Amino acid sequence: MSETVKFTIDGKEFTAPKGQYIVDAAADNGVYIPVLCHMRDLTPSGSCRICTVKVNGRHMAACTTPVEEDMAIENSSDELLDIRKAIVEMLFVEGNHFCPSCEKSGTCDLQALGYKYQMMVPRFPYAFERRELEASTPKIFLEKNRCIFCKRCVRLIKDDQGRNIFAFKGRGKTLEINMDKKLATHMSEESAMKAMEICPVGAILRKEVGFVEPIGTRKYDNKPIGSDIEINHQ
Amino acid sequence: MAQKVTIEPVTRVEGHGKVTIHLDDNMNVDQTRLHIVEFRGFERFVQGRPYWEAPVLVQRLCGICPVSHHLAAAKALDVIVGAGTGEGLTPTGEKMRRLMHYGQMFQSHALHFFHLSSPDFLLGYDADPAIRNVIGVAINFPELATQGVLMRKYGQEVIERTAGKKIHGTGAIPGGINKNLSIEERDFLLKGADPLNIDKMIEWADSAVQFFKDYYMKNKDFVDGFAYFPSNHLSLVRKDGAMDLYHGVMRAIDAEGNKILNDVDYQEYFKHIEEEVKNWSYMKFPYLTSIGKDDGWYRVGPLARVNTCDFIPTPKAQKEFEIFRAHTNGKPNNYCLHTHWARLIELLHSAEVIKELLLDPDLQKDDLVTKGTKLNEGVGLIEAPRGTLFHHYQINENDQITMANLIVSTTNNNEPMNRSVNYVAKKMMNGQHEITEPMKNAVEIAIRAYDPCLSCATHALGKMPLDIKLYDAKGKQIDHYKS
Repeated sequence: MSETVKFTIDGKEFTAPKGQYIVDAAADNGVYIPVLCHMRDLTPSGSCRICTVKVNGRHMAACTTPVEEDMAIENSSDELLDIRKAIVEMLFVEGNHFCPSCEKSGTCDLQALGYKYQMMVPRFPYAFERRELEASTPKIFLEKNRCIFCKRCVRLIKDDQGRNIFAFKGRGKTLEINMDKKLATHMSEESAMKAMEICPVGAILRKEVGFVEPIGTRKYDNKPIGSDIEINHQ
Repeated sequence: MAQKVTIEPVTRVEGHGKVTIHLDDNMNVDQTRLHIVEFRGFERFVQGRPYWEAPVLVQRLCGICPVSHHLAAAKALDVIVGAGTGEGLTPTGEKMRRLMHYGQMFQSHALHFFHLSSPDFLLGYDADPAIRNVIGVAINFPELATQGVLMRKYGQEVIERTAGKKIHGTGAIPGGINKNLSIEERDFLLKGADPLNIDKMIEWADSAVQFFKDYYMKNKDFVDGFAYFPSNHLSLVRKDGAMDLYHGVMRAIDAEGNKILNDVDYQEYFKHIEEEVKNWSYMKFPYLTSIGKDDGWYRVGPLARVNTCDFIPTPKAQKEFEIFRAHTNGKPNNYCLHTHWARLIELLHSAEVIKELLLDPDLQKDDLVTKGTKLNEGVGLIEAPRGTLFHHYQINENDQITMANLIVSTTNNNEPMNRSVNYVAKKMMNGQHEITEPMKNAVEIAIRAYDPCLSCATHALGKMPLDIKLYDAKGKQIDHYKS
């Protein structure tokens, strides 16, 4: 049996298996810490920083930091909420996100976090980066303007021989998501749908299925992001 | 000394426009133009987008009748995904879209008549502008104003239950619809608490028609003498000649009622319609190719639709249609202000169609989408509240839109609106040495009759302001009116 540790989040005491990442330990105890790049059971990436918490007074990524005995974690101070809001704003201005016509609207994690943190007008200037679309494979429409570089697709979507279908190309300002067109052409239906589903924004789209889910029944139409974690533990 | 009057912005219309009136040395109107001063560019920036995004993207052209753009685009994409036109959809797919569209028609016509145009009729075109508006109507005619507001609300409720949202929904997808109508939704619309139920809406729509007829009988000279001129008329009609605002074939008639476009398939609209560009407006001037630029222009919208169709397939509206047509002895009606009369008959017809659809069990079925062999091109036409709306798309082998052509209702009415403005300006201003506010409002009334949506027509954001400038023969501005 694994060792259990005691820790606090915003002063409330919880327990979790030693070594579990803070974000998962919090979720298992009904405390929502926002994520974009993180997926449970995937090797952590720590790239988006939306899960930033304070651990014993220091800023840490909750998705890459394991819980330890007597950790004092801050999750909902005004300072942290503003940091997260700023991160959401940065992600919006860095890409070209037009929610009104995006088929991920209503199921998009970034949009849902924009609502959660009540983003009105970003404090940063829009970059208006010009990124080409990749539409030449039969199943996937890659909308590079919306990619937030979470790397979920790079880490999770493989072909039957375990080869990556998605990868990053370039560095810094020229970094962009790319896909191996040959492998993507032979993607299974299941894999294509999964790629769209795990993308937290509208960058990976399964062709020809857009807007099939009516407004009112989409993922975040009726309950805000994170409420499933909080509700399950009330 | 010759002068020029400018009316800018035109008020109580959707979008931004201005009118310039050039007066000669004797202060007679020499030339009048309605300028559309905004530009949008949707046809260009939709290029490269995935085709299934078009119905949701292009509807952002407008917040008043987005449903029309949503459905016209979806109809064009039905062709592209191999679902064909009209009849190719499943009964639930087609009827849900029809319900959405007639809800849209109902709310838009109610908005236009009660909010935008009724101040001119109820309070007088020469009334103080401070009260000649929807607030003035609400103060002086509270019952009518309330009906106007609630009729619009009802139409919006229909849209929400079919498209998911009152404005900018996502209901129509290529080949069909993404939801059916639940029993709860149906009952809300069919027998909701008074007054928001369909029977009350039919009753109010009927009384609106009666109201206009009463007004007309009392003000016949004003209504009939306001911007009368013969024109061609164009609209969709059902294959059997019935009025159909969602789908049909293209029919055009001349001012005498002779068919000049005989029920043709709209997939080939480009063989019959061309557009001319003029250097003083962002709005193009469409015309019937077979007749040519000079005489091929036509009216669209309620007046054109009531003129082109052979009958209206709902009983109360048909009764009013017969009275309307008898008024001009069965010939096309070319009186500009009778457009309001025709619009209210359509309001009544829309309410009746909504009731028919709500009683149809097909709306509760689950077969929502049809697909077939994909094509690379499709055209979608629909009768939007303001008239015939054309959407035409081509796609490449990667499912990206490569070409979009939108001929919007108000664009079709460009020449008739200019003629109406010219007619009224000449009648009201010729030989006058002072251009008064009521004279300028009369010009605006001529424009409002067409319920123009200038935003859509030029592909622009913003409120809806009229601007009139008066220039002399040497081009010097001598008066300027801005509301």
